[in-house]
Amino acid sequence: MVEILDKYCTTNLEDVKVWFKAASVEDFPQDGGACIKYKNKQIAVFNFARIAKWYACQNLCPHKMEMVLSRGMIGDDKGIPKVACPLHKKTFSLENGENLNGDLGAIATYPVKIEDGHVYVGFTE
Amino acid sequence: MKQIIVVGNGMVGYKFCEKFVANAASIGFKITVFGEEPRPAYDRVHLSEYFENQDAKALEMAPASWYAEHGIELVTGERVSDINRAEKIITTAKDREFAYDYLVLATGSSPFVPPIKGVEKEGVFVYRTIEDLEGMMAYAEKIKTEKPNAKAAVLGGGLLGLEAGKAVMDMGLEPHIVELAPKLMPRQLDSRSSQVLKLKLESIGLNIHLSKATNQILGNGSITGMEFGEDDILDVDMLIISAGIRPRDELGRACGLEVGVRGGIIVDNTMKTSDDSIYAIGEIALYNQMIYGLVAPGYDMADIAVKQILAENDAIMPSDIDMSTKLKLIGVDVASFGEPFMPASKGHSIIFENKTQHLYKRINVSLDGKKLLGGILVGDASDYNMLHQMYLNGMKIPEDASQLILPASDGAASFGDVTDLPDEAQVCSCESVTKGQICGVIESGEATDLAGVVGCTKAGTGCGGCKPMVADLTNATLKALGIEVKDSVCEHFDYNRQDLYKIIEVKGYTKFNEVLDNHGNGGHGCELCKPLIASLMATIHADTANKEYAIQDSNDRFLANIQRNGTYSVVPRVPGGEITPDKLIALGEIAKKYDLYTKITGGVRVDLFGATLNQLPLIWKELISHGFESGHAYGKSLRTVKTCVGSTWCRYGMDESVSFGIELENRYRGIRAPHKIKGGVSGCIRECAEARGKDFGLIAVEGGWNLYVGGNGGANPRHAELFAEQIDNERVIKYLDRYLMFYMRTAKPLQRTAAWQERLEGGLDYLKDVIINDKLGIAEDLEKEMQTLVNKFECEWTQAVNDPEMMKRFNHFVNSKEEDDNLVFVPMRDQKMPEPWV
Repeated sequence: MVEILDKYCTTNLEDVKVWFKAASVEDFPQDGGACIKYKNKQIAVFNFARIAKWYACQNLCPHKMEMVLSRGMIGDDKGIPKVACPLHKKTFSLENGENLNGDLGAIATYPVKIEDGHVYVGFTE
Repeated sequence: MKQIIVVGNGMVGYKFCEKFVANAASIGFKITVFGEEPRPAYDRVHLSEYFENQDAKALEMAPASWYAEHGIELVTGERVSDINRAEKIITTAKDREFAYDYLVLATGSSPFVPPIKGVEKEGVFVYRTIEDLEGMMAYAEKIKTEKPNAKAAVLGGGLLGLEAGKAVMDMGLEPHIVELAPKLMPRQLDSRSSQVLKLKLESIGLNIHLSKATNQILGNGSITGMEFGEDDILDVDMLIISAGIRPRDELGRACGLEVGVRGGIIVDNTMKTSDDSIYAIGEIALYNQMIYGLVAPGYDMADIAVKQILAENDAIMPSDIDMSTKLKLIGVDVASFGEPFMPASKGHSIIFENKTQHLYKRINVSLDGKKLLGGILVGDASDYNMLHQMYLNGMKIPEDASQLILPASDGAASFGDVTDLPDEAQVCSCESVTKGQICGVIESGEATDLAGVVGCTKAGTGCGGCKPMVADLTNATLKALGIEVKDSVCEHFDYNRQDLYKIIEVKGYTKFNEVLDNHGNGGHGCELCKPLIASLMATIHADTANKEYAIQDSNDRFLANIQRNGTYSVVPRVPGGEITPDKLIALGEIAKKYDLYTKITGGVRVDLFGATLNQLPLIWKELISHGFESGHAYGKSLRTVKTCVGSTWCRYGMDESVSFGIELENRYRGIRAPHKIKGGVSGCIRECAEARGKDFGLIAVEGGWNLYVGGNGGANPRHAELFAEQIDNERVIKYLDRYLMFYMRTAKPLQRTAAWQERLEGGLDYLKDVIINDKLGIAEDLEKEMQTLVNKFECEWTQAVNDPEMMKRFNHFVNSKEEDDNLVFVPMRDQKMPEPWV
């Protein structure tokens, strides 16, 4: 079970080697998310329209190892943008992946860029 | 580095470790703990919970990893067998030797097994460890298969014996309690309260036998009965002995420590034994010539031992130890404090007894009538915390002390206020937290709410009995500091649900962002306020959940119930539980086609599990083509109206419960409420539809329907209360329209009707005034609003499958047609289930 977590490592902007063209901007709801597939990874991508920012993180909730985070509601916790897992409402920072309401390990986050109406997610390979 | 060895890893041994590592002076010490049981310390006080969930982990005081994280070496499954005091070395049963600088004995006690003939027979158990429980459960299963009406007795009607009695009930055996004394709980209760408790327990189904001395245990190999005297025999198939405890002092005895005549290792007020390097704490310590079989004094002893070892020499055990207890026995409140029985020469007793309601309250006051000396509460111990504090702190009591236990006629509390307590009043006795400490962390700004107070002080983390008081103190202190105690919905709004309802209604907002931008705190919403506002807009504008799907909770967003592995379950509506064979076949065929796990729900319909996101619209297209519509099982909305078959078929039926149930279910389907709503309609008072367990229930009687409101199952089951009698269909609908709409307007988020109704100021009488007598003049509005919702109903699944834009929502990936590749199903009883969680 733990191997599946190893697939997901936070990628910083300066380490991006591949910008994967995931989908069109319209494929994502305003102030909500959807899931994209890149190689054998499932990545949750969120269009935080209220603050005009995009975020990406692993779709896997580390609490019970289910692929569900993209279906969670987003919002903020005292200013920190977050996603709430739909299964047990564990919340994670979209900025650095930290678990905000418990002591689960941080989730992996990925950089996102928007070009010509398309959403690109950054990976190291 | 000094070495401490703790012998015994029970609750008190664990508490010693916890308090030791929390003390800043503990650097320079190393702790090794030995426990003879196979698992780390667990909460024995709540042992009977193991029967409900068999979850040993949930009972753990701390996981095994906690010990390692705090530098403590934990050795389980290894008993210490010898102490060499001269060399300061212990030897274990595995013949390993360990040296110590300080030795802490926390070996606790073992159940006392009286020397009764036949006690060694199979089927006789003691009640102390998880292993004992596992043994009992295995044996109970065995005898239940051999005998449908198997009986089990508990020997001992004390506190633990009655807990064991609950365990017997939970195991599904006929429970018997056998007590030698003429009363139950002889150490805590007087004869009259014990009699009230006996009546109450008998009403729950316990068989109680008092003044019974067991001569021998009958049976050939395994137990078949107990013999009390000639011709006085009780047939039982199992026996649990709970006849008191004996300290496990054999280690101390063998190495020559001073022990008491009736057992226990003698300690002084520093918890030191007759050997300067050896301490004894908990149920093994004989202090003031007493063994204290409660957890709170055990924790205090652990605290004193920690401080003494760390050279805080003025920390000593008080000479008076408070033996007050409050507990829930099989759901019955029982409490005793101070001196429960008091000789007439010391004071006067005031007694309130009501056997019809199984209530007993006694307080003992000093001869001058100024002080509370002790008391007993059975049936209702809600005043225990306050009475206990008055006793502990010697607070002044009202001139007419009977006010303390008599129900106040004007509803005002006779106690004054929690804030009247002195600062040194101990509010949480498990963790020794005073009122001063609780108020202190709020005043210093360390804590700003209840969760913060609990985190900082640990108050309420033991038995939890003091929680209401901690909450009251927290609120009162915040208020005194001028901090408003808000019931706002979350950090993004300064409003409660009712405020937001009015705001949205008056301003006519239709989008979440409009509400947030105009009335929020500048934030961006969260998982609390988003679904709440979605629900309010749905109620006010008769919207479906398809309107703004990103603010819906996951279930409403995908119009299905998310299950353990992220797949969904599908529940089509089957109004009143009536279904044609053709529709039933269609359900079966669709379930088969998509390989769905199928189960009948508690609400008389069929649930289809294991549908992936991509399958949901495909399944629904087929369901809709067979005439089904959404069952809203995923929403905070009407679920089912359960019906019995009623006068259409039943020879006892007084009215057509199915027809009326279908009408009501179709009327209220789809409306969004603060929480889920369930209904029930029974055709006669036999109540086969269990209507009184629902938010609204109807029972057909001579001359119409009796209407009940505010019932529910769940964690706090409640029977619905009688609201109106012998009314016709039209009036039922009128009242229900008003009742439900009033609930939807005024309840708190996620508050069921039962909790709402209970907290409504003025109670059921007020509710009748509003709904039946139209005291507020809003009845017509309420009916109109409901009628609008009824008229505008639309099946949201039909909406979704007919709109290609909406259908896009149901793809696992936006850039691929593939499904979630992380799903693993395993077979179970000819169907499938998700792989279990680790």
